[in-house]
Amino acid sequence: MDSRTSEVAGQAPPRSRTPLANTVNDALKIVIVGGFGVGKTTMVRAVSEIRPLSTEETMTGAGIGIDDTGGVREKSTTTVAFDFGRISLNEQKVLYLFGAPGQQRFWFLWDRLFAGTLGAVVLVDTRRVADSWYAIDRLEHHGMPFIVARNNFDEPEHTLPQLREALSLSDDVPLVDCDARHRASSKSVLIALVNHLYALSTAQESSP
Amino acid sequence: MIREAIDGENPDRLYTVTGGRSRADENAFDLVTLIVSESDPTPGMQSEHTAILRMCRSPVAVVEVAAELKLPVSVVKILLCDLLDTGRIAARHPSASVGRTPLPPPEILKQVLVGLKNL
Ligand SMILES: Nc1nc2c(ncn2[C@@H]2O[C@H](COP(=O)(O)OP(=O)(O)OP(=O)(O)O)[C@@H](O)[C@H]2O)c(=O)[nH]1
Ligand SMILES: [Mg+2]
Repeated sequence: MDSRTSEVAGQAPPRSRTPLANTVNDALKIVIVGGFGVGKTTMVRAVSEIRPLSTEETMTGAGIGIDDTGGVREKSTTTVAFDFGRISLNEQKVLYLFGAPGQQRFWFLWDRLFAGTLGAVVLVDTRRVADSWYAIDRLEHHGMPFIVARNNFDEPEHTLPQLREALSLSDDVPLVDCDARHRASSKSVLIALVNHLYALSTAQESSP
Repeated sequence: MIREAIDGENPDRLYTVTGGRSRADENAFDLVTLIVSESDPTPGMQSEHTAILRMCRSPVAVVEVAAELKLPVSVVKILLCDLLDTGRIAARHPSASVGRTPLPPPEILKQVLVGLKNL
């Protein structure tokens, strides 16, 4: 593979670059967050109108993090790589979907990168449920609305209520099944998220 | 892999690209601010500026510019600041980027739903 390319590895042949219409003037964000290999890029690819692209952000400064030995570094740099795709919604609006790793250092950049995000999808691999605890905790901390989607690699061993229990997920957070490889399935996850946001927003308007 | 590509980036290149500046106005651009060229590149212009002006003949989000130029987002923001200051690009900011906003109104979310269902 060409080491200089910023395309995400393992793609279908690239589609030609599709420019946005000149009328588009407002971009929205949704973030898909989850542990390593849980299917974030796969989900972005399944619904995106462009092949997923990858980029990174760095943050330098004192007190960002604590290094592996537990000591605070004088000056540390945090680098986070993330990928993204895009869905044109109508003549004015476009939606950007970000696939972001849920590991600890990522959350230092959450506000910088994802302020103004509509909501998040937490992707869970049931074989490694614990990977998503941290992400759920951080989203709650940031006051970011989210839903949880179980990406089924194998026949699931547990029911969704059992998974809800294992995640200590409150009843008002939607929990759905999906297969991130399939467009229809990934699309329905996004729709479930936006339906959830719609309900929250409607409730917010009616009780100011 | 992209991580290696950027991590292994020659620091001199990043220095040259940004003229040694390390920060753009953080709030000037969101990841998804859409950039549109207001003019054509001129001869002798810095190559990254030329690339941005070519790329943004139709709207392109900041994060896409970064991915295409294979530069970190923060470096791209510095480049974009130069172009914005000299009136060579226009920026279409996202309606939802101001601070930690509450949820968008239901009408906006309805539009998102319709768009997704048409997918
Ligand atoms: N069987 C099965 N495989 C899947 C599914 N979703 C993703 N995969 C595969 O799992 C692997 C990892 O998926 P990715 O989309 O790269 O996961 P990721 O979360 O982006 O991974 P990192 O960016 O490395 O953290 C790929 O080989 C996918 O093809 C699924 O629903 N079922
Ligand atoms: Mg990935």
